[in-house]
Amino acid sequence: MANSKTDPSSSASPRLDKSTVAKVAELSRLKLSDAELESIAQQLSMVLANFEQLAQVNTQGVEPMVTPTDLTLRLREDRVERREPAEAFLENAPDRSGNLFKVPPVVG
Amino acid sequence: MMDLTFATCSEVGRAVRDRKVSAVEVTRHFLKRIGELDPKIGAFTTVNSRAEAQAADVDARLARGEAVGPLAGVPIAIKDLLCTKGLRTTASSKILANFIPPYSATVVRRLEEAGAICIGKTSLDEFGMGSSNENSAFGSVKNPWNPEYVPGGSSGGSAASVAARMALASIGTDTGGSIRQPSSFCGLFGIKPTYGRVSRYGIIAFASSLDQAGPMALSTEDAALILEVISGRCERDSTSADVSVPQFSQQISDQVKGLRIGLPKQYFAEKMDADVERVTRESIEALKKRGAILVDVELPLVKYAVPVYYLVATSEASSNLARYDGMRFGHRSKNATKGDLDDLYSSSRGEGFGPEVKRRIMLGTYALSSGYYDAYYQKASQVRRLIRDEFTRAFTQCDVILSPVCTSPAFKIGERINDPLAMYLNDIFTTSTNLAGLPGMSVPAGFSKEGLPIGVQLMAPHFEESRLFNVSSVLEKDLGAAKSRRPHVI
Repeated sequence: MANSKTDPSSSASPRLDKSTVAKVAELSRLKLSDAELESIAQQLSMVLANFEQLAQVNTQGVEPMVTPTDLTLRLREDRVERREPAEAFLENAPDRSGNLFKVPPVVG
Repeated sequence: MMDLTFATCSEVGRAVRDRKVSAVEVTRHFLKRIGELDPKIGAFTTVNSRAEAQAADVDARLARGEAVGPLAGVPIAIKDLLCTKGLRTTASSKILANFIPPYSATVVRRLEEAGAICIGKTSLDEFGMGSSNENSAFGSVKNPWNPEYVPGGSSGGSAASVAARMALASIGTDTGGSIRQPSSFCGLFGIKPTYGRVSRYGIIAFASSLDQAGPMALSTEDAALILEVISGRCERDSTSADVSVPQFSQQISDQVKGLRIGLPKQYFAEKMDADVERVTRESIEALKKRGAILVDVELPLVKYAVPVYYLVATSEASSNLARYDGMRFGHRSKNATKGDLDDLYSSSRGEGFGPEVKRRIMLGTYALSSGYYDAYYQKASQVRRLIRDEFTRAFTQCDVILSPVCTSPAFKIGERINDPLAMYLNDIFTTSTNLAGLPGMSVPAGFSKEGLPIGVQLMAPHFEESRLFNVSSVLEKDLGAAKSRRPHVI
C-alpha cells in the first residue's frame, strides 16, 4: 500500500518552525517562553516526522472512526435533581464575590 | 490474626464481614504502612484523612447487622485522576493543586457502596500523559522492586502503592496502556476494560474515546472482583454501555483446553528485550501445556498504532483541557496583563501545565488546525477504523490474543525523559486495544535478569473480559510469578 508520491518522509520536511509553533501556542492559549517554543518546535518536528508514515496507509473511502464501540445513545427522563450545593463549586473559585465567580473585566 | 499485608481483597472483605477483623484495624494497618514506606516511594499525592472514619462507619453498619458489600473494609488506592468528593484531586498537575471535587466519580461511589475504603490518592503522569510517572508536578514515583527504576505510567502511583502493599488494590486509568504498562513494571494484574464497561463520570478526561478505568490488583480474583463492582451502565456517562455485567470473580475457570490463543506475528517481529521475549514464550508454553491451541494471526496495521494513537489522543486532549482557564476553579495567574482576558488564560495555562502536557496540547491543536486536519486527525481516525477491523477479523480465528505488554521491563528514572519520541514508541503493544475499544490485561509472567517483573498482555473481543480472567488464572497458577518473589521494600 506504499505510495511514494504521497509519502512526505521521502522529501526533506522540517515540519515546524518557531513561528508556526508560536501560532499554535496562541491557538492553544499557552504562554510559552522562547526556550519552550524552541524545544517544542524541535521535539514535535521529530514526532511528526515519524508520524508521517501514516501517509503510507491507503484510506480512500474509509469512514473516520471517532468512538470504538457501536454506541446507541439513549434518552433519559428530563427531571430536576438536587445534587451538590452551589457553595461546593464556589469553594474552588480562584476569586469570588458572594455567590458569584469573580473574573477580570472583559469589556473596556 | 491474618497477615493483612499479604492478604487478598476477597479474604479481607470476608474477614471484615465475618467480624474476624475490624475495618478500622485493617485501615490503621495500611495507613501505618503508608507512613513508613511512602516517604521512600512517593506513590501518594494525598492520604485520605477520613479513611479511618469511613472504616468505622463500615464497622458500625456491620454491628447493626446491615449488609455490606464484598469489599467491606478493603483499602483501595485511587488514581488522583478520579474525583473524590471533599478529597483533593490534582491530576498530578499544578493547575489543579488545590482542587476539591464537589462530587465523586461513579467508580469511587461504587467502590464505597461495596464497602471499600479509599485509603488515598495516587500519583500519576500529569493528566495521564506519560509512561514513567516522571511527569507528575509532585515528583517522580519509585518502583518498589528497585527504587532506581520507574514504576511505569501513567498510573505509576497506583501500581507502586499496591506493589509495596500500601493498599490491597488500586484503581488506574488507561488511555494507551496506563494500567497495563505499570502493572507489568510492578508485577500486578491490571485490566483495561472494554470501552464503555466502566463509567467515566467524574474521571478527569484526557482522551474521551480512549479512556477507561480499571483495577490493578495482586491476583486474578481480586481484579475480577473489583471490575464487577465498578462496571455497568451509569446514566451520567452516555457512553457507558447497557450490557449486563457478569459475576466475573465467581466465573473464573482454568479450563483453557481448546481455547484458541492468537499470536500476532507483527508484534513478535518488533525489537524487544530478550527477557521480555523469553517470558512471553514461557507464557505461551504454559497455555499450550494446558491444551490451548496456538494460532498465528495477522495484524499488519498495528505498526501504525503509535502515530494513530498520539494524533487521536492529543487532539481529544487539546479539546478536553481547554476547560482549564483559571476562571471557576484551578490555578489563576497573578502575572497577566491587567484587563487582558486572553493573556490571563494563556498565563494561567502556561504556569499551570507541565512540559509534557503542553507538548501534547500543542500537538493536538496542530493536528486539528485548519490545513492539517485532513492529514493528521482525519487520517488517524480512518486508520483507527482499519485497525479495529483487523482485530475483528483476527478474533474470528482466535478467542484471546497474547502479546508482550512492553518491549522492555521497567527502565531507569531519567533514562528517557528527554526523548518524547522514544517514550511514545514504548507504547507500541498497548495503544491498539484502546483504539479498538477492546479489553486488555497485563498478567505477571516472570522476571528480568535484574529481578524486575515482566507482564504478558491478553486481549479479547468487546465485553469478553471473562476470557482474560480465565487465561490469567492459568498463568497465575502455572507460572507462579505473582507469588514467587517480593519487592525489596517489603
